[in-house]
Amino acid sequence: MSDTQFGRYGGQYVPEALMPALEELEDAYERYVLGNEDGFLDEFRERIRDFGGRPTPLGRADRLSDRYGREVYLKREDLLHGGAHKLNNALGQVLLAKYMGKERIIAETGAGQHGTATAMAAAHLGMPCEIYMGRTDVNRQRPNVFRMRINGAEVNPVDIGRGTLKEAISETMRDWSRTVEDSHYVIGSVVGPSPFPRMVRDFQAIISEEAREQIRERTGGLPDSVVACAGGGSNTMGMFHEFVPDADVSLYAVEAGGSSLEVDEDTGVAPNSASLSTGAEGVLHGARTRLLQDSDGQIMESHSVSAGLDYAGVGPELAYLVDEGRVTPVNVDDDAALEAFHRLSTQEGIIPALETAHAFAYLEGAAAELGEVVIVNVSGRGDKDLETVIEETETRGIEAAPEMSVFDGGLR
Amino acid sequence: MSGSPPRGGPTDGLAAAFADGPAFVPYLVAGDPDYEGSLQYVEALARGGADVIELGLPFSEPIAEGPTIQSAIVRSLEAGMGPERFFTFVEALDVDVPLVCMTYYNLLYQYGTEEGPRPFVERAAEAGIAGFVVPDLPAEEAGPLRAACDEFGLDLIFIVAPTTRGERLARTHELISGYVYVQARLGTTGAREEVSDRTESSLERIADWEVPKAVGFGIKTGEHAARIVRAGADGIIVGSALVDVVAEGVEEGRPTAETAATLEERARELKRGALHGASEPEAEQP
Repeated sequence: MSDTQFGRYGGQYVPEALMPALEELEDAYERYVLGNEDGFLDEFRERIRDFGGRPTPLGRADRLSDRYGREVYLKREDLLHGGAHKLNNALGQVLLAKYMGKERIIAETGAGQHGTATAMAAAHLGMPCEIYMGRTDVNRQRPNVFRMRINGAEVNPVDIGRGTLKEAISETMRDWSRTVEDSHYVIGSVVGPSPFPRMVRDFQAIISEEAREQIRERTGGLPDSVVACAGGGSNTMGMFHEFVPDADVSLYAVEAGGSSLEVDEDTGVAPNSASLSTGAEGVLHGARTRLLQDSDGQIMESHSVSAGLDYAGVGPELAYLVDEGRVTPVNVDDDAALEAFHRLSTQEGIIPALETAHAFAYLEGAAAELGEVVIVNVSGRGDKDLETVIEETETRGIEAAPEMSVFDGGLR
Repeated sequence: MSGSPPRGGPTDGLAAAFADGPAFVPYLVAGDPDYEGSLQYVEALARGGADVIELGLPFSEPIAEGPTIQSAIVRSLEAGMGPERFFTFVEALDVDVPLVCMTYYNLLYQYGTEEGPRPFVERAAEAGIAGFVVPDLPAEEAGPLRAACDEFGLDLIFIVAPTTRGERLARTHELISGYVYVQARLGTTGAREEVSDRTESSLERIADWEVPKAVGFGIKTGEHAARIVRAGADGIIVGSALVDVVAEGVEEGRPTAETAATLEERARELKRGALHGASEPEAEQP
């Protein structure tokens, strides 16, 4: 296995103009992140504590534990500054860009969580920042657009295609190929060309590093299983990484089943984002991984009610761990995620991100295989999703949803 | 670095197109805006003096393309272009210049039942394609495609960017055949008003490469073409400025024959510009 790969996955499928930047990044990653040169890691740890609020707690979910007859623990990444796990990576990469002498930050965003985290990190470290975001996502994630703008970042809407994460990544890569000499591309997940998947995983691995210690303190042992939602897979890999060598700990990656796992080749639409469960091997955005694609190899338009999971690819390391049998891919549909959103909100007093709600939806349907002790990663909080959730639960007639007649004349 | 060619035989086809002075290498997206119209447009470029024609096989995620070619790719995909139809298109073309297929790696990789790019290359060879440019395939990942090209006698062209230096140049040089695509400036494809001054230094870095040097990205006019040739290029690659003509034809609802005539005229101007650049005294190489 070459060190740009995870088994048969990964690699560096990018335009030649970007290759020198990847080599430069690889070198910086090895020196600063792996080697702590100039005290990079010390500064990162200090800032993610003082600015980010780490460590995040691991708490027992009492009512869910009763409901499922097992010990359910929640890793609270929703309590990280910005409201999602995204800051771990964004702060790490913006700081790294600074150590590398770069002058400008660019990033893509889907749900807006990564864009928000990058905008915060850039403001915190005094770097100019531009975010690319698909038009559909701009419209369905307005609060995060406001947050990015308020933090001083430019937000460039991307009108191509369906205007979601896939198009935003392509457009950010185009920007980077123009500006590669002075800009750093803060990719938001464990996707893209090497070394991004490894580097993002390493910044996110702080989640499982803490969780593994915390669960041992609480229970005296390791969990039987760990559950996390998976779109590109950054919270997934962050939550799994330190548990990968623990062969007795089962790892479940919960993908967005959307409205259906069937695909429509004629329209090029896969109404889900379940690339680990249903995708085929291919090359997208710099890496060989599992993708939603048609028989020609054209990338399909994915769908999920959750913008952050709405992506046709997945991190190459996750694809590898699934092939190896180490990670089990499962999926839940839009409705189940919405039900779970309300369940966690009313039962535990935590409003989760719609992405996170997928992990909890799996808990509802899962049988005995989860074992006695389960950790679920609460990857983010749901404030950004309130408008979508209220609309969608009304349209779909989700029973768990509260009615909103407190507003004069109803919702609208 | 020795001047001896790393590869022989199969490279003769494309390299020969550069033998009689500066080559004009136009690019269009195959099937833009539709199959029939596109056949006429490509043939018009051949009549206008093209020495090699690069044909884009549209991919849904063209990360190296600017807005002009992205739009052309959308038009072509919506009109039903895909790998199989592309080969039929190539077979239907009535042109006598070498054709190069420019596309992204996933389409090469997925074709056929056998794993890897070999089935695609075999079919392309059968259809009469002379070589490939794959913008998302750097030398590091190109081993399997290079092997398949060797097996079927096709060329594999690589892009050299303004940022390509040192070891990366050597790695690319080892695998290249046909010609080298010198990227005139950083960024995505797209016509520009000015020609980048980074072209010259890029050409200097590969001065001892035995393959012909074709420069692309941003060339729009005959004057640009002349300046690029004067800077030492063996050929010019023009894409977006020609795709613009197709786009205008669509927007204005022009008859296919009229757009074809405009393309032929633009091709002549660019070819003339290239020849002009080669005939001026300051163009002479020491």
